[in-house]
Amino acid sequence: MSATSPPAAPSSKSWTVRTRERAVAALPPEKLLPDGQPTYVASWIYVFGVASIAALVVIVASGSILALKGPAWWHYTGIGHFFNSIHMWGVELFFFVMVVHLWGKFWMAAWRGGRTRVWITGAITFLVAVPTALTGYVSQQNFDAQWIATQAKDGLNAVGVGAFFNVTNFGQMYSWHVLLLPMAVIALVAAHVLLVRRHGVVPPFSIDDRKAALASSSAAGASSTTAPPNGSPAPPTSTETPPPGSPPPTSTGIGS
Amino acid sequence: MSVLAAAVFNLNHPAHTVDWEFIHLSVANVVVIGLMLIVFLLAILLPFPGAARRAATRRGERS
Repeated sequence: MSATSPPAAPSSKSWTVRTRERAVAALPPEKLLPDGQPTYVASWIYVFGVASIAALVVIVASGSILALKGPAWWHYTGIGHFFNSIHMWGVELFFFVMVVHLWGKFWMAAWRGGRTRVWITGAITFLVAVPTALTGYVSQQNFDAQWIATQAKDGLNAVGVGAFFNVTNFGQMYSWHVLLLPMAVIALVAAHVLLVRRHGVVPPFSIDDRKAALASSSAAGASSTTAPPNGSPAPPTSTETPPPGSPPPTSTGIGS
Repeated sequence: MSVLAAAVFNLNHPAHTVDWEFIHLSVANVVVIGLMLIVFLLAILLPFPGAARRAATRRGERS
């Protein structure tokens, strides 16, 4: 076969070829791993998403070590105490930065521009992270865990799901904590990041657009029904929100 | 008997709480919520290092 001959086209596309073509079409390599980010990303409020991922990496790494060594190690050795603390404070930091990330994206209306699924995966990640942390607290194997478990038992019974989760059962809670729920969180975070890569980081509201929206609402008069309610975000415009898949307007070089 | 390091704050008492109508929060959680609000405001207000320089560079490249 000569080096100049073109590769033979497949006579029939297998499922692997179809999957690959759909994946590349949905998320081309230059969007999956871009060499820059839009200028507006150079703001502290955009830092908390990746800070959440960094905290999650610390949690998973320290949790893996704790799972390998066991309760006696994390209760009765100095290095065990250290990794136990790293794991607990990693969770505290994870929720801290994730909540600030959530606030920032909520007030930015981050579901704009076809980013509904980005917002939904982020919200579900937060909701799944809560029982992930709870099952960790009740898996400590100490009096603190027993106290939290009995309090949580009453709470779960009160909302009608007590028949499905026995928070006083260490084995059951440990399985949820070290396998099922972390897998769900990691899968959701991966989907969230891939969707951000696909749709781009949500831009902030344009000040000019907000001024124009306020001016138009004033001109329409207080009795107008078309004016947005006080405090509502300005409607997205073509200059404010690029359509899904469009390249960023400028690049900061961040990440390059 | 093992020797335990003393906590920075005395924790050997029931938790202090903030009570307002049906809202019942421990002081520790109120402090964390306050810190999150402060960090959120600082993230909005503080300039990002190099942001102005990058924007000026990009404007120069376009012109």
